Amino acid sequence: MIRTVDLRKRFGKLDVLNGISEHIEQSEKVAIIGPSGSGKSTFLRCLNLLDIPTSGEVWFDGKNITDPRCDADATRRLIGMVFQHFNLFPNMTILENITLAPVRLRLKSKEEADRAALALLERIGLADKANAYSATLSGGQKQRVAIVRALAMEPKLMLFDEPTSALDPELVGEVLDVMKDLAMSGMTMLVITHEMAFARDASDRVIFMDGGLIVEQSSPDVLLSNPRHARTRQFLQRLLQEA
Amino acid sequence: MMETLINSLTRALLRDDRWKMYLQGLELTLMIAAVACAIGIVIGILVASAKVAAQGSGNPVLRALNLLCEAYTTVIRGTPLVVQLLILYSLAAIPNGLTACFIGFGLNSGAYVSEIFRSGIQSVDIGQMEAGRSLGLSRGATMRFIILPQAVKNVLPALFNEFIALVKETSIAGYIAVNELTKMANNIKSRTYDFTPFLLAAAIYLILTFMLTRLQKRIERRFAKSDKDR
Ligand SMILES: Nc1ncnc2c1ncn2[C@@H]1O[C@H](COP(=O)(O)OP(=O)(O)OP(=O)(O)O)[C@@H](O)[C@H]1O
Ligand SMILES: [Mg+2]
Repeated sequence: MIRTVDLRKRFGKLDVLNGISEHIEQSEKVAIIGPSGSGKSTFLRCLNLLDIPTSGEVWFDGKNITDPRCDADATRRLIGMVFQHFNLFPNMTILENITLAPVRLRLKSKEEADRAALALLERIGLADKANAYSATLSGGQKQRVAIVRALAMEPKLMLFDEPTSALDPELVGEVLDVMKDLAMSGMTMLVITHEMAFARDASDRVIFMDGGLIVEQSSPDVLLSNPRHARTRQFLQRLLQEA
Repeated sequence: MMETLINSLTRALLRDDRWKMYLQGLELTLMIAAVACAIGIVIGILVASAKVAAQGSGNPVLRALNLLCEAYTTVIRGTPLVVQLLILYSLAAIPNGLTACFIGFGLNSGAYVSEIFRSGIQSVDIGQMEAGRSLGLSRGATMRFIILPQAVKNVLPALFNEFIALVKETSIAGYIAVNELTKMANNIKSRTYDFTPFLLAAAIYLILTFMLTRLQKRIERRFAKSDKDR
C-alpha cells in the first residue's frame, strides 16, 4: 500500500528523519510510538507530502509520489489525515466542513456530498450537529467530525497524528471507538499515539521510533510487554510511570 | 455673545450661499476617500498575494515580485504623504490635482492595506492550510475557500480604521489645490476672517467618522455571530 525507501528529512541543520525504509500493507493497522521530537509527525507528514522529504522515496499505490512529476494534490485526496488539534474550519458548518473538498474537487455533486456526509455523521452519532459550527462542539465531537471529514474523500489510507492527545481524558474513548470501527471496516491506518490500550487492542504492528529511525517493531503484545531494545524499555517505563 | 455667534455663523454659512461650498468640499473629500480606498484594496490584495505566495518559495519570478512589493511598501510608508502628493502633482503626465489625489492616496493606502491583508492571512492558524492540503485541495483553492474567508473577518476592523483615517487624511489635498472640505473652509475663512469655518469643517469630519465607527461596530457584530473559536 505505502512504502518508503531510505526516507530522510532535515530542517536546516537538524536531521529529523535518518533513513526510514518501511512497508505498510493493505488493511494493516500500524501504531507508531516514540519520545517527543523523535520524528514521528515528520514521518507521517512526509507520507502525504505535507513535508517534502529531503531524500528517499515514498511509493503509494504503485506510484513513486516523491517524483516531482507526480501530482501531490491528487495523491493527498487518497490519503486522509487527522490532526492533534482537529483543524476544523471554524467559519463553516459541520456539514460544509465535510463536503467542501469533495464538492470543490468535483468528485461529488452538492446533493451527493450532503447525503454522504449525513450518512457519515449518522455513523458517529452527530447527525443533529450537521448545521452547527465547530465552536459549539466538544473536543471529542470535533475530532470525530475531523475523522469523517477525511473519510468523505474516500481515502485508501488514513494517517492519525496523536488524535486523542488534545482531549480531556473522558472524551478519548469516543474518538478511539470511531477509530476502532474504522479499523474493523478494513481501512489501512497509521496512528501516532500515546494510547497504549489502542496500540494493544487495535493495531497489528507497533513501531517504536527514536532519533529519526525505527528502533524496533513487532506485534503489539511482543513490543509492549517484551521489547528487545533498552531505549524502547525506557520509553515504555516512563510512559507507565506517567500514567 | 449670542449675537456674535449668530453673526459669525451667518457669515460662515449663509452669506453668498456658503453652505454649498462645504457640501462641495465634502463631496470631494468623500470621493477621494472612496476612490483611494478602492484602489488601495485592489493594490493591497495584489501585493499581499505576491508576498504570501513568495513566502518560502524558491520561484525566481515570485522572489523578484516580492522584492518589488517590499520596495513599494517601504518607500510609501517611509515618506510623508504630502510629499508624495506634491511629487505626483509635479509630474507632467498627471493632468490635475484630483487625479494626483486618487493616485497618491490610492498608492498610499495600498501600502497599508497590503500589510493589513498580509497579517490577516498570517493570523489564520497554519493548521487550516494543512487541513485543506491534506484533503487534496491545492494551495490556491485552500487559500480561496478556507484561508481568505477567515482572513477577511480578521482584517475587517483594521480595514475600516484605515478608511476612517483616510477620510481625515484627505484634508491635506488642499496642498495641491484640490478644494476638499478643509480647503473650502480655508477659502471661506479668507473672507470671514475668523475660525468658524474650521469649526464647522471639524464638526462635519467628526459626524462622518462617528457614523463610520458606528457602521464598523455593527458589521463586526454581524461577523462575530457565526463563530467564536476553533
Ligand atoms: N517545520 C519545521 N521546521 C523546523 N524544525 C522542525 C519542523 N517540524 C519539525 N521540526 C523539528 O523536528 C523534530 C521532530 O519533530 P516531530 O514533530 O516530527 O517530532 P514528534 O516525534 O512528532 O514529536 P512529538 O511527540 O512532540 O509530536 C523536532 O525537533 C522539531 O522541532
Ligand atoms: Mg508530533
